[in-house]
Order: sequence, then structure tokens, then C-alpha cells
Amino acid sequence: MLKLLKKLKGKDIVLIFISFIFIIVQVWLDLRLPDYMSKITQLVQSEGNAMSSILIAGGKMLLCALGSLISAVIVGFITAYIAALFSKKLRKDIFEKVENFSLGEVKKFSTSSLITRTTNDVTQIEMFLAMGLQLLIKSPITALWAITKILNKSWQWSAVVGGGVLLLLSTLTFLMLVVIPRFKIVQKLLDKINGIARENLTGIRVVRAFNAEKYQEEKFNETNNKLTKTQLFNQRTFGIMQPVMYLIMYFSTLAIYFIGSYIINGALMSEKVIIFGDMVVFSSYGMQVIMSFLMLAMIFIMYPRAAISADRINEVLDEKFSIVDGEITNTDKNKEGTVEFKNVSFKYPDADEYILENINFVANKGETVAFIGSTGSGKSTLVNLIPRFYDVTDGQILVDGINVKEYKLEYLYNKIGYIPQKAVIFSGTVSENVAYGENGKKKINQETIKKAIEVAQGKEFIEKMPNQYDAYLAQRGTNISGGQKQRISIARAIARNPEIYIFDDSFSALDYKTDYILRKELKKYTKDATTFIVAQRIGTIMNADKIIVLDKGKCVGMGTHKELLKKCSVYKEIALSQLSEEELENA
Amino acid sequence: MPKPMGNKSNFERPNDFKSAMKKLVHYLNKFHTLLIIAFSLAAISSILSIVAPNKLSSMTDIITEGLAPNLTEETINSIIEDEDISNEDKKEFLTYIKTIDENTSSNDILKKLDTMPQDIQEYIKPKIDFTAIKKIAIVLGIMYIISAIFSFFQHFFMATVSNNFGKELRNKIINKINKLPLKFFDNNSTGDILSRITNDVDTVTQTLSQSIGSLVGAITLVIGSVIMMFYTNFIMAISAILASLIGFSLMTIILKNSQKYFIARQEELGNMNGHIEEIYSGHNVVKVYNGKKSADKKFDELNERVFNSVKKSQFLSGLMQPIMMFIGNLSYVTVCIVGALLAMNGYITFGVIVAFIVYIRLFTNPLSQIAQAMTSLQSAAAASERIFEFLEEKAMSDEKDITKELNKDEVKGNVEFKNVKFGYNPDRIIIKDFSAKVKPGQKIAIVGPTGAGKTTMVNLLMKFYEINSGDILIDGISIKELKRENVHELFTMVLQDTWLFNGTVKENIVYNQDNLSEKRVKEVCEIVGVDHFIKSLPQSYDTIIEDNDTISSGQKQLITIARGMLSHTPFLILDEATSNVDTRTEELVQKAMDKLMEGRTSFIIAHRLSTIKNADLILVMKDGNIIEQGNHDELMKKKGFYESMYSSQFEKVS
Repeated sequence: MLKLLKKLKGKDIVLIFISFIFIIVQVWLDLRLPDYMSKITQLVQSEGNAMSSILIAGGKMLLCALGSLISAVIVGFITAYIAALFSKKLRKDIFEKVENFSLGEVKKFSTSSLITRTTNDVTQIEMFLAMGLQLLIKSPITALWAITKILNKSWQWSAVVGGGVLLLLSTLTFLMLVVIPRFKIVQKLLDKINGIARENLTGIRVVRAFNAEKYQEEKFNETNNKLTKTQLFNQRTFGIMQPVMYLIMYFSTLAIYFIGSYIINGALMSEKVIIFGDMVVFSSYGMQVIMSFLMLAMIFIMYPRAAISADRINEVLDEKFSIVDGEITNTDKNKEGTVEFKNVSFKYPDADEYILENINFVANKGETVAFIGSTGSGKSTLVNLIPRFYDVTDGQILVDGINVKEYKLEYLYNKIGYIPQKAVIFSGTVSENVAYGENGKKKINQETIKKAIEVAQGKEFIEKMPNQYDAYLAQRGTNISGGQKQRISIARAIARNPEIYIFDDSFSALDYKTDYILRKELKKYTKDATTFIVAQRIGTIMNADKIIVLDKGKCVGMGTHKELLKKCSVYKEIALSQLSEEELENA
Repeated sequence: MPKPMGNKSNFERPNDFKSAMKKLVHYLNKFHTLLIIAFSLAAISSILSIVAPNKLSSMTDIITEGLAPNLTEETINSIIEDEDISNEDKKEFLTYIKTIDENTSSNDILKKLDTMPQDIQEYIKPKIDFTAIKKIAIVLGIMYIISAIFSFFQHFFMATVSNNFGKELRNKIINKINKLPLKFFDNNSTGDILSRITNDVDTVTQTLSQSIGSLVGAITLVIGSVIMMFYTNFIMAISAILASLIGFSLMTIILKNSQKYFIARQEELGNMNGHIEEIYSGHNVVKVYNGKKSADKKFDELNERVFNSVKKSQFLSGLMQPIMMFIGNLSYVTVCIVGALLAMNGYITFGVIVAFIVYIRLFTNPLSQIAQAMTSLQSAAAASERIFEFLEEKAMSDEKDITKELNKDEVKGNVEFKNVKFGYNPDRIIIKDFSAKVKPGQKIAIVGPTGAGKTTMVNLLMKFYEINSGDILIDGISIKELKRENVHELFTMVLQDTWLFNGTVKENIVYNQDNLSEKRVKEVCEIVGVDHFIKSLPQSYDTIIEDNDTISSGQKQLITIARGMLSHTPFLILDEATSNVDTRTEELVQKAMDKLMEGRTSFIIAHRLSTIKNADLILVMKDGNIIEQGNHDELMKKKGFYESMYSSQFEKVS
């Protein structure tokens, strides 16, 4: 928490300091109020005082109250500003950090957790700041000041207030010890409830097909019962707090008056009225002391939740980047379009087993290199190494003759058109989606967008949509089909006009015919580009200049379709599982 | 964003506060008794805390009575008559008494009196009536304790009611989820429904347990303190209420105005959430397309908007407390001045002022509580409306009257589609006029381009959706005459979506099927070829599968295939069941499935035409109709759509 608060910079600290001063002013004014109260009390008591002096005292008291209100408004304004500003900064920091994460880091946290950390957790901190900051400064000052005001008035009364505070604090400590561990349990159970309900929703067809509604409901019930039980316990226990708080306040007042009556009785006649006045003042300051301790305690109740959030945010902010940006921003024109893998091996940072081992190949400008292999053979991982989603464990990847690690990432990305297996669609128009991002060249114009969509075989369906190229696509493209999403995603890469295309199994949602025509048109359009294709279908890759066959992370064959059919048994097996011998011959 | 439910906005803004509250009361009917008990406890506890200051004021009165010295003529006479007091003392006292005139300050008198001899002081020193004070203290103490106990039990019962109500609501929602037609889920996002289960239910329960109890207490306090004020002193009551009214009108204005900033804040937060989700989930693309700048720009804009609305709403809500403090002080001064005026003229005692000082607090505190409770009630009303809206969505038709039942062990396996017509929206028919006959044990493949309606056919067969016209018959019986549960019992379904839930691998495979031996589970996994992989997991078959796991989609699919293979049903549906598996593994699985499919009627949907080559009947769909049917060889000879689809995978790209 403290670590996060260090993010507050110069101007903010000045503002906090200003609000600190106003809080002191406010406390000072607030604490003068009982003085006036007692003065008014005395004036009312003693006969012979003119009404005017009561009015003057009353007026002064109101001025104090008004002054306190004004300072409170100023403080409120500043804290609201600081809390909002701080959360804004924090959100920005997290957002930027996550943007620069590599795939490994995103996977480590999981996307949904990163989202809650950027939103919910920041809101938690913001609430704590907005309420806590004021209380944190105000209550100790009030408590101390109020204590000095009533110090030496009467040890008996002081003992009463002290006892009240002690009782209050021990009740709160007890409650916190009992309840806070259970708060954490509640949070976990809520996650679980959410999980089971999400499960039921996402798998609703399976649930129904298996007639498993009861099964799911029972599972949900079980957690729901646990949650209710824990929450009930928490709230019932917290139910003690309010009555106890009031009891302490009431009994303290009662005790002060009760003890006061004895003190007054024993006092000199000339001092009685003064002591009586003191008593009224003391009971009101005493309440201030107890209240401010209560406020302080509230902070400690709020703190654990905010602290959990702060930890979660720090985890993100402290995460070390596994990918370090390079510096190179220009390349030799003659070598443009070549990609070379030199003894590349890769394993996940904490894993023992290699996903890829000793991969070597060169792709020249304009060539198409395809990768095929069974599930888990590492073909997607291999192409993901080119845009540095992960860094190689051993070996080198050279793009245009330069190690990818040495490039400034932005520059490297300008060379690449990457199409993921799962198409990403942003909320916005079709055109916006296709013209997405920057490529270090001119802004992509409408003509290029249209052409790209045409090549990606999207022209027909887009022109059928209302508003055509300006048709609105929902987030994740929920208003178009899987094949359509993929075609837009491909058009996005084409519009970028990159040196290198990476198709990471991006044709799987297309039917054979579209797949075929699309590749044909693409080849025509991108003659000079180097293309990498990961695919499951033999048909998609059989015309590639170079096919690399992967098996358990190792390259077990490299060559053209024909060559591989002859010399690579793994390739032949894959091919035969899809096509008959005869069909292969004819192809 | 899919369309939100009905035509309501997503934001917590109840259309009609009253009707939402009425509904809430209706849904709470089971808890009415407990609620009434809790409310009475809150009210009694409040009443006690009103009566208490009255007692405290009589205590103050007794103390003040003991402040002034006894200088009545009666006392002076008794001093003169007392023979135990020495004459010197008497003389000293009487001489001093005579010197007192209107100009002597009371302070000087008291000081002088303090120096009087002890025996004289015995007479003139005021005495406090301790028996009375003790009595009051005991009564007060008991009242405080009773009030505290009542207040505790009020909280206790409210917590019980609200949490059990919350539990019930959650259960009702989950129950409802399984009763709604699938169509509903096409139009409503998972996140939205989930947020009803967690956020909305939470808001309602929290308001119930925290606000309603204090609302009842607060209202009682306000009414009670007003009554007590008028009962104690009419003039002071009016001036006190007038003073606070100024403050409250101010507060009402703020409350009204701040509401819109709170709504704005929720909206802006929602917008930002959307953007963050979009960028985070498209992380790769944003990165490689150098989309960071545009993402940052939009983020900054949204962040600024959130900042502005947060700043305003936070500030305005923070104003409430200081204003209440000021109102308290203003009323205090008013009460003191009016009280002093009245006291000086002898209309009231000082105790009345003390009592009023407490009343004024009792009066102003609950008013701010009411203000706060009303705000949270408003958001609770919005939340409960979202919940009830969901609960009142039209469920699937009731099937109580259906008596026909097909025994899955006796079903032969005939299926007939008769002029089936269907559209997810009535104005957009997807399946136009579909007819086909399937004989027991046949393997039927459905092929066609994306969007041709292949999966829709399966949805209809499974009775997930109801057809617009036409009929589907199983062994000659219309599925309309069969319970959904009964239909589901007859089918085994493996989908492209690899749905695994949070549980062990074994639980995932056995899923809701009884009497399956461990041996059988392993056998099937071996056949599917996933046994080796499962054994390599840390706890083998007992490994818990979690959301963020490294199990690849291919392996997930094999597990779902194993799940499907375990159940013995007359029909089998494979909807792109092997699309995530590589072709070699697929072949193995296919062989195993072929064995399983012997004698069963099976429907297969696949992109990979190799998967379906040996089907008995291939239905080629396009735009919702069957345009060709027959087996592979027949269709190839026909040189139609199927043939062109099939051969396109071998054409050379040049």
C-alpha cells in the first residue's frame, strides 16, 4: 500500500499538505465548539448576564461551525481530486504495463484477472483514499487535541473516557480477528460461485444434453450454502459492533454525569458552577475522543481490503518484462524479407521440457513456408517466436539478417502481418477494424481497405451488411460468424502491407472453397511477401515452397509436398489421414 | 455487446422505484414474520434511545438544583436558632449577608461563603439528592442495555433475512438459467447474467441488512424526537425544526444533483471496462499491429472521463457529512439561544435545554441516515429490478402434460425431418424446407459452407430450439410430444466447444453418469488416446482442471470425446467434434468411434471432408436447404456443389 502511495508526486503532495492544514483548521474549529457550548451553558446558568452576550457567544460558535464546514468542503474537494487523480494514474500505469507484457506474462496473470486488477482493485484503492485519507489525518489529530483539552480536568472523568476507548478498541480487535480471515473466505467463495455459474452458462448445451441441470444446481447450492453461512456469521458478528459502540458512548456520558454529581457535591460553592460547566464540556470532548478512535478503527477495518487490492496491483506493476526492447530501426534493403532460424530451441521459463528443439531454416523473400504437425508439436509456438511473443531459449531468429532481439519492437512489428487462430475484432466499424494500428507508413486509406477486404474474400458479405464498410462490429465480433471474423482479421493484415505474413492456423474457420480462393488471391496480391502458414489441413499447405514437419518440437522433415511424401513418414501419415493415396497422386 | 434484456438500459436506474419496491416486498414474503420482528426491535430500540435523554435531563436538573447555595430566609433563621453554632460564627455570617446588595457579583458571594466556618457551611452548602440520581442512573443503565440488546437482535435477524434471501435469489437465478430457452442466451451476454448473480444480489442483500434496519430505526427516531420535542417545549421544537430544515433543503438539492454524477460514474467505468477488456483480450494483435497508440489515446480519453465523474461524485457524496455536522451545530445554537431566552424568563428549566441538545442530535442524525438509506435503496431497487426481470423471463414451455416416453434401450433409431422450417428470429428463416429420412444405424454427414445451418439442424434435433413449422420424428413419434429431458437422454453429443468444468479429470469424463467403473473410464481414455496424457498429469485422473490451464485445446477435445463415448445412447451427434485434433489423432479417434457407432444412428458435422467420406448419407446444405444428398461417390459423380467443395482442397495455388 505504502509503495503505491509513493506514486503521489510533487503537486499531489502539496495538495495533501494543503488539505492537511485545512484539516487542522477544521479540527481546531470543531474543538472550539464545545468551548462555546460550555460558555453558552454558563451564560444561560448564571443570572444577570445580558442576552446580548449569549447571542455573541452563539454567533461565534456558528462562525466556527461555518468555518469548519468551509474547511471540510475544501478538504473534501482536495481529497476527491487526489483520489480520482491517483486512481487515474494508477489505471494508466497498469494499462501501459499490461500493454507491454509479453504473452507469457499475460498468461501468468490470466486476462480476466488483469482486467479486475485494472478496474476493481483500483476502485478499491480509490475508495480507501477518498475516505481513509481524511480520516487517517483527522482522527488522530482530533483525538490528541481533544485529550489535551480535557487533560487535568478530572482524573475520574479521564479514566471513564480512557476505559471507554479501551473497551471500544478491544471489541474491535476481537471482531477483526474473528471476521477478517472469514472475509477472505467470502471473497474466494464468491469467485467460486461465479465460476460455477459461468461454467453452467458457457456449457449450457452440454449441461442440457447430459440432463445435468440438477448436477450443476447441486454443485452451485453447496457453494451457495457455504457462502451464505460464512457471510451470515460475519454479519451477525458485526451486528455486535453498533450496539456496543452506543453502549460505550451512553455509559461514558452517564458515568461522567454520575461521577460529576459527586465531585460537584464535594466542591467549594464558588467552584460548583465551573465544575458543572466542565462536566458538560468534558462529556462532549470525551465523545469526540471515543468517536475519533472509532473512526481510526474503521480505517483498520477498511484497510485489509484495500491492502489486498494494493498487493494485486503491485504484483502487476512489479512484474519484470521478459521481453526487452532493442534499438535497431533500419535494415539493409537487400536483405529485406528474409527470415532465418538458427539452432532455435524454446522452453517455457519454468518448464523442464523443450517445446522446440534445434530448429534451422531460411525463408527467402517471397517464399511461403508452411508448418504442419500433430497437436502439441509446437508449430504455433514456432511462429510466435518471430514477433517475439516469447524469446528463444537458445539460438537466434534473424529477420532481414538482424536478430529480432535487437530490433526496436515497434519497427519489427511494422514488418509483420500476424493473423491469430482466434480472430480478434474490436468494437468499431469494419473499416476501423481493417485499418487498425500503425505500420510506420501512411495512414491506410479507404481504397486499400476495400482492396484488402476483397482479397480476403469479405467483399460479398460486407457489402450485404447495412452501412457496408461502416457497419458496426460488436466487441469480439459477436454479430458476425466465425468465418467472417477470420476474413476481416486477414484483411487487416493485408491492408498493412507487411514484409512478412504469419498465419497462425487462421484458415480453420473457413470452408475449403473460401480457403482455396483466398490463398490464391492472396498469393497474387502479395508476391513479394514472405509467408508463414501454420495449418492442420494438407490442402492448405501442399503448395508451399517449403513445408516443415514438426513432431514433438523437433523438425522431422523439410521440403516440398512431393519430396516429403517420399522421404518423410510423419508427413505421409498426416497426408494419408486426410486424403487417399489416389488423391495425393492426382494433386 | 449483445442486446440487453428487454428494452431496459444496463445502468442501475430503476424505471419505477415504487413498483420495484413492491416486487421486492412480494419476493420477501417468506421472511415477513422475521422482518416484522426485526422492525419492531429497531423501533423499540429507537424509542428507548429517545426516552433516555429525557431521563438524563432530569438527572441534570437534580445536579443543577445542588449548585446554588441555600440562602433562603428559612435557612438563615435555622442558623440563628441553632445553639451548637458559636455566636462569633453567627455574627460573621449575618454581617456578611447584610453587606450583599444588587451590585455584589455572585462569584464574590460564593467565594466569601466558602470561607465561612464549617458549621455554617453545613447549612448553606447545597446538597445533591443522590438517591434520586442513583435511581435515574440505574433506570438509564437498564434502558441502554435493553436498547443495545434489541439493536443487536435487530441486526441479527436482518442479517439472517438478507443472507437467506440472497441465497434464495442466487438459487432461483441458477435454476432459471436451466429453464430458459437457448435463444435467450444468444441475446444476453454471460457477463451480464453473472453480474446479476453476484453484483446485483450482493447490492440487494447489503441494502437489506444495512439500510432497511437503520431506516426503520431512523424513521422512528425522527418521529419520536419530534413528538418528544413538542411534548417538552413547543416553541423550542419549532425553532429547532426550522433550523434543521434549512440544512435539509440544501442537502436535498445536493442529493438530487449528485445522483447524475453517480450514474455518469457507473457509465464511464463501464465504458472503460469494455475498452480494457477489448485491449487485453486482443493483446497480441494490439501489439503486433502497433495499435498501442490508438489504444492509449482511447484509454486516456475514457480515463479522463472517469476521473471527472469520480471527482465530482466523490466530492458531492463527501459533502453530506460536513453539512450534517453544520446543521447539527446550527440547530444547537438555535436551541441554546431560544432556550436561554426562555430560561431567563423562567419559562423552562436548564434541564430542558440539555434535553433539547440531545433531541436535536437525535433528530438530525437519523435524517442523514434516511438520506443515505434512500440512496442505497435506490440502487437496490435498480439491482432487484434486474434480478426480477431475469427471474420473470419467459421460461421454456412446461412439459408436465407430456406422457409419452421413449425408452432409450428400446429405441430403434429412425429419424425423420418433415418440412422443417426454422429461424432464430421469426423474420429471418434459416432452415427453409428441410426433409430427410434416416434409418437406424446410418451414419449421416451434414456438410456445407459456414452459415449454411448445419449446427442449427442439431439444435433442432436436440429440441434446444422449437421449430416454426414442420416436424421431427424419432421412431415415428414427434419430438414435440416428448419431454426435452427424454430427448436428451437418447443422444450423445460432442461439440466443437471443448467445455470442461472446474473439477477433476475423472469428474469431467464421468459427468453426471452413474455406475461407471474406473476401469471403464480408463478403457475409453485409452481408446481415445488421451490416457497417456492424463497419466502424465500431476495427480493423474484426480488432477483438478482449472480455468487457466495449459491443457491444449486438442487434449481438451479428446477428454470431451471420452465423455461422450461413455454414454450408451441410440443416437450420436458429432458437431465438429474433432476440429481441434490433428488429423492423425483424429483418425485413431474416428476408428474408435466407428466401432462405437455400430448400430447407432449418428450425425456428423465436419469441415474436413475426409472425416465424412465413408458416411452412408451426406446432406449438403446451403443457405438453409439441402441442395444435394447421397453418398460420397454418388455426389462426386454428380459434379455439383459437393464435388467443387471437395476438389478445392487439392487445387494448386499459382
